[in-house]
Amino acid sequence: MSGLLWLLPGLPIATGAVLAVTRRADRVAPAVATAVAGVTVLLAGWAAVVRPAVETTLFARLPAGLAVDGLAAVMVVTVAVVALAVLVFAAGDIREERSRFSGLMLVFVGAMLVTVMATDFVVLLMGWELMGAMSYALIGFWWREPDRVRSASLAFVTTRAADLGLYLAAGCALAGTLSLGLVGVEAAERPWLDLIAGGVVVAALGKSAQLPFSFWLSRAMAGPSPVSALLHSATMVAAGAFLLLRLQPLLAATGWAATLVAWAGGLTALLLGAVAVAQRELKQLLAASTCAQVGFMVLAAGVSAVAGGTAHLVAHAAVKSLLFLVAGAWLTTLGTQELGELSGAARRHRLTGVTFTIGGLALAGLPPLSLWVTKDLILAAVDSPALHVVGLAATLLAAVYAGQAVIAVWRPGGGWEARPMSVLEQVPLPPLAFLAVALGLVGMPAVLAGWSRLLGAPAPGPGPVELALSGALAIAVVVLARLRPQRRAAPGFLRDWLRLESAARLLVWRPLLAAGRGLARFDDHVVDGLVRAVPRGGMAVARFARSPFEAGVDGVVSGVSATVARLGELARRPQTGQVHTYFAQAAVGLVLLAVVIALVR
Amino acid sequence: MLSLVIFLPLLGAALLAVPRLGGRTAVWIWIATSAADLALVTIMWDGYTGGIGYETRLRWIPSVGAGYHVGVDGMSLPLIALTALLFLLCAVYSLKESRRPRSYAALFLFLQTVAQGLFAALDLLLFFVFFDLSIVGMYFVIAGWGHGERGRSALKFFLYTFLGSLALLLGLIGLYLGSHPRTFDMVDLTAAPPDAGGLVLLAIGIGLAVKTPTVPFHTWLPPAHTDAPAAGSAILAGILLKMGAYGFARIAMPMLPGAWQRYAWVVIVAGVVSVLYGALVALAQDNLKRLIAYTSVNHMGYIVLAFGAAGLAAGDARARELAVSGAVTQMVSHGLVTGALFLLAGVLWDRVGSYDIRRLGGIAGTAPRLTAMTVVAAFASLGLPGLSGFIAEFQIFTGVIGTGLVGAVVAAALSVAGILITAALMLRVLQKAFLGPPGELTVSDVRPYETAAVVPLLALSLAIGLAPRWLLDLIEPVSATIVSLVSR
Repeated sequence: MSGLLWLLPGLPIATGAVLAVTRRADRVAPAVATAVAGVTVLLAGWAAVVRPAVETTLFARLPAGLAVDGLAAVMVVTVAVVALAVLVFAAGDIREERSRFSGLMLVFVGAMLVTVMATDFVVLLMGWELMGAMSYALIGFWWREPDRVRSASLAFVTTRAADLGLYLAAGCALAGTLSLGLVGVEAAERPWLDLIAGGVVVAALGKSAQLPFSFWLSRAMAGPSPVSALLHSATMVAAGAFLLLRLQPLLAATGWAATLVAWAGGLTALLLGAVAVAQRELKQLLAASTCAQVGFMVLAAGVSAVAGGTAHLVAHAAVKSLLFLVAGAWLTTLGTQELGELSGAARRHRLTGVTFTIGGLALAGLPPLSLWVTKDLILAAVDSPALHVVGLAATLLAAVYAGQAVIAVWRPGGGWEARPMSVLEQVPLPPLAFLAVALGLVGMPAVLAGWSRLLGAPAPGPGPVELALSGALAIAVVVLARLRPQRRAAPGFLRDWLRLESAARLLVWRPLLAAGRGLARFDDHVVDGLVRAVPRGGMAVARFARSPFEAGVDGVVSGVSATVARLGELARRPQTGQVHTYFAQAAVGLVLLAVVIALVR
Repeated sequence: MLSLVIFLPLLGAALLAVPRLGGRTAVWIWIATSAADLALVTIMWDGYTGGIGYETRLRWIPSVGAGYHVGVDGMSLPLIALTALLFLLCAVYSLKESRRPRSYAALFLFLQTVAQGLFAALDLLLFFVFFDLSIVGMYFVIAGWGHGERGRSALKFFLYTFLGSLALLLGLIGLYLGSHPRTFDMVDLTAAPPDAGGLVLLAIGIGLAVKTPTVPFHTWLPPAHTDAPAAGSAILAGILLKMGAYGFARIAMPMLPGAWQRYAWVVIVAGVVSVLYGALVALAQDNLKRLIAYTSVNHMGYIVLAFGAAGLAAGDARARELAVSGAVTQMVSHGLVTGALFLLAGVLWDRVGSYDIRRLGGIAGTAPRLTAMTVVAAFASLGLPGLSGFIAEFQIFTGVIGTGLVGAVVAAALSVAGILITAALMLRVLQKAFLGPPGELTVSDVRPYETAAVVPLLALSLAIGLAPRWLLDLIEPVSATIVSLVSR
């Protein structure tokens, strides 16, 4: 069975790695990738049934491994199915460097599979960070355009900043539980328990683009549409919500972390819902709505509604991948994604129009579609009245933005020259639309009981009144939006995603860069300056030694020798060689001697 | 066997002295010698069973208790293997070297002997001789085959690191004077730690900190790297820097356990400062080689941090072992990854004669293979899982926090930010130089021998990143030994 567990993520990662670096495989790459994705779906299904587990050692005495439990079973199937749908679409949609594209997508999917099956912090972090790196490569797929590359860098650096929390959590898990296992981590002593929870929460909020990290998801739109379809549904942003659902016991054990997470999710659902309402571009609207919808999953983790949160994750994965695929199809065939210019898009392509409408209405929370049920499964578990109100308001906003999108594409209009849509771009849409409808069945009591058994988590069903109320409200909002289609200019604050990116640049990036520049100058002038001062000081000492010191010593020496020489000169003078001079000298000498003797006596 | 491994490159260098030898022949002799040496190291690795292997002990200067004593353990063997591999790949990379190839080859073979001798040395004097000779060899490489202000940079490198080695010598003499009976033998000194205290540790610490290099003793590194030839930079960063870090684990920690424990916090602070300072200064660089040089300061800082944490006797021993394993893994990983990065930077210099990332752009368009290799090396350097840097750094962070001490948690929390800054600066390089629209300078793609020199480094980094057991099985016992020795 362990072979299955290695094969499930290993097959897409290995194939993807080969495809990503192979050139001249562009013709076969989409077929290979789709085939691999198909096999992965089968493997995921098999793994979901047999529930294998494997343990290995990466670091001494710290068991690591992969396992498929109830939550992982749901996740692997979701990830594999969405990946297959997206890759089929991409086979028709992506026209350039298909080999690199397919390869990166497969590695991306494989990394998510590792993440959801990990049983310990090391393997989790491996999948988690590899996924982040692949998101970088995919967002910046069109690397010749500097803007897209910048967006990719921004997305990676932002999510990695949050990932640091996971590194800290891993270390604290070792300190607190003497193990790196994810199961039982809630047994850690304080303060380790709090530190682990804090790290995990930060990492998850970053990956899931919750407040205050949401801005990177807006920039992630720079990638091709199939990337968005995958990144916004079953991978990447879903990973954060998944991790919180997986570690819900940890959050509950701390007390504060559960509350924090619940509010972070609720507020993101509300505020990013407002952001979505204010968007003018379809993809930006969908991106903001992703933050908002993932907010419900995060809220679920905070209020211990694991079954409801997981159901919402799965249903949202189907809905959002469908919406992004349609948006992408319109972008490539019609060349626009401005909501104002998409009038009539749904009339032109009936299949895309109908499937988009199903997805959009599901997103709006209309009964009897899936998200209506799953959202209420979560809200039913919210005890705090204030948070409940926030959640309800967020569902209303969902109805507004989703309604706006659907209404915009059915509005009469059009007249653009449209490129024909390939069959491959259309094939995945109906099955995803079917799932967007059918996953609502999870609300049936019998199905819900089974779902709750599968996940090993209690699932209190929403009361009929609650369901009816939220459904009626959603319908009312959509109808209202249909009747009053004129839109007031949205505040720029909301259009700009709460200006979170500017804030992050101003508060984090600029100071960091300034610190780097300042330290570089410090390094050149002060640290190295001191080092350079040493030889300069040495030279100065040497110069000093030369003059006056050495000149002094030397002066004494040469002075002595000069005096001696002069004396010698003087001494030579009497040596004339002439006898009369010598005689005279001798006479003078004798007289002097006589005088001296006379005086001394 | 071990002595043959150490001195085989020197024999090859002697062979190059044959008169009227062509330049190409010289390089091929170099490649063949290094390849044979690597083969021998592989056999040695295969036959290693634990403890001190392949030990040789001969009389050398008995009057002061110094001998020719060599042997390998789980820490030196990976480093000797890394040395053999990196020198072989530098030989392959230098296949087209046109400037006095014979002397170039001889100098590198000499350096290979020196480096392998240092990692195998079990005698302090022998260690010191190799330590000093490495400085001499690298001086000539930079001064003779460098570019830019090579004479100045080489002189700075020589004087600075030579001064450091003098401090080291003082410390080693201090160890000798404190030992009973007086000896320079490392095994004996480890078994019975000499009576020596803070001052000896200070001298040894400064000597090794200059070589590692640790902030603030690092400013010789950027100019030396910038003006050295690519192969010289790769060896300098990949092998020579490890000599400092290796010295901490081989000499300072086991022989001065008391002083190491006393000053563990000083070491930790030096490590954290190196990590953050190196990363931040690297972020502001526009010269690719200076940038990589500063990331070396950052990466070596993690090693210093881990070694400092190993001296926290109050901390959990298993966690400290994990940190030390991470540090040793980081030595190997940094050698592979930074070696690859410097060779790739050398390709840029060869094509356009510039390291300025502002003048480059869109290299991916004209040089896709060069870009692919650089991307892998950059992500390995920023610690992406699946590559060796992650395995090393994860162990260090987790081990340091795992000691359970508040100060250690703070230190790790601060230095974990290093991997974020490294990520930002590596992506900045990719964004400015390799992606986006074409820049002012056009770079042509790698040639086969350049690919052959870089790919094995990245492949090994990947192998360690995916399945590290083959390396960690070797390292973990020796980490446990180091931690138990330093806890005495």
